[in-house]
Amino acid sequence: MTPTTSVPTGFDESALVAQAKAGDQNAFTELVNRYERKIYRLAKNITRNDEDAEDVLQDAFLKAYTHLDNFKGDSKFYTWIVRIAVNEALMRLRKRKTDRSVPLDEPVELGEETVQREIAVWEDNPEQQYSQEEWRRILNEAVESLKPDFRTVFVLRDIEELSTEETAETLGISVPAVKSRLLRARLALRETLTRQFKRKGENLLGYL
Amino acid sequence: MVTCKQFLQELNAFLEETVDPETKKHWQEHVDACPNCFVIVDTTKKTLQVYKGIEPQTLPEDVRSRLWQALEKKMAAKKQPQV
Repeated sequence: MTPTTSVPTGFDESALVAQAKAGDQNAFTELVNRYERKIYRLAKNITRNDEDAEDVLQDAFLKAYTHLDNFKGDSKFYTWIVRIAVNEALMRLRKRKTDRSVPLDEPVELGEETVQREIAVWEDNPEQQYSQEEWRRILNEAVESLKPDFRTVFVLRDIEELSTEETAETLGISVPAVKSRLLRARLALRETLTRQFKRKGENLLGYL
Repeated sequence: MVTCKQFLQELNAFLEETVDPETKKHWQEHVDACPNCFVIVDTTKKTLQVYKGIEPQTLPEDVRSRLWQALEKKMAAKKQPQV
């Protein structure tokens, strides 16, 4: 079960990292080029703040550059830089203290009263009903509405595609904690998106 | 007999197929018989799909340029003397 990233890392990545470690600045530059967009997205998704996201982006790559010697190469460079960026992002999130997230009301609590309030099939190809920009905004806002603990796990597992183990290690939490937060995050998002994308009209349970 | 609550607690394992075939079959029977869980499975799969397909947003040009300025400064400070 090898975690994959959507960035084509290519066979030359370990060579590139070795060159960067040996002091080749062009090699490091190439690594930054590969991952700057993904790290910015990650930072934005966790901090939900432009200014913080920019700081995280800069500090993550500056730290990576300074501490490149500490990278042992037993994980991917990508997971290493993600770990640095997540730590930076979480630090800033804690600093801001006042979390502006709107906590989801508790439809996903798997307690005694499990109420799944939005059980409806989606319209076919909902993405076709929105502009690309609008579509992205809807998806981003849904992620942003998650509580930080759930959001961070969802971002790492389902957007950045880290494995459960890598996510646990990055966040310093247990594997069962990752699993349970991921479940809640997914169910909460499913609910939010269902409100947006559910099939209009009479036949909401279209499979019946 | 699997209840909805039991099934939902195992939803991720079900979706990721990290269970043995026998257990999976057991859960599948529940999904086939329960319209609510069927819809939840379907829409959760779709939720994951839409996020998998999303491209990283563009890095705003000014943000990118400040990143590179900071990096270049750092690199210049560390630069090894050329021999």
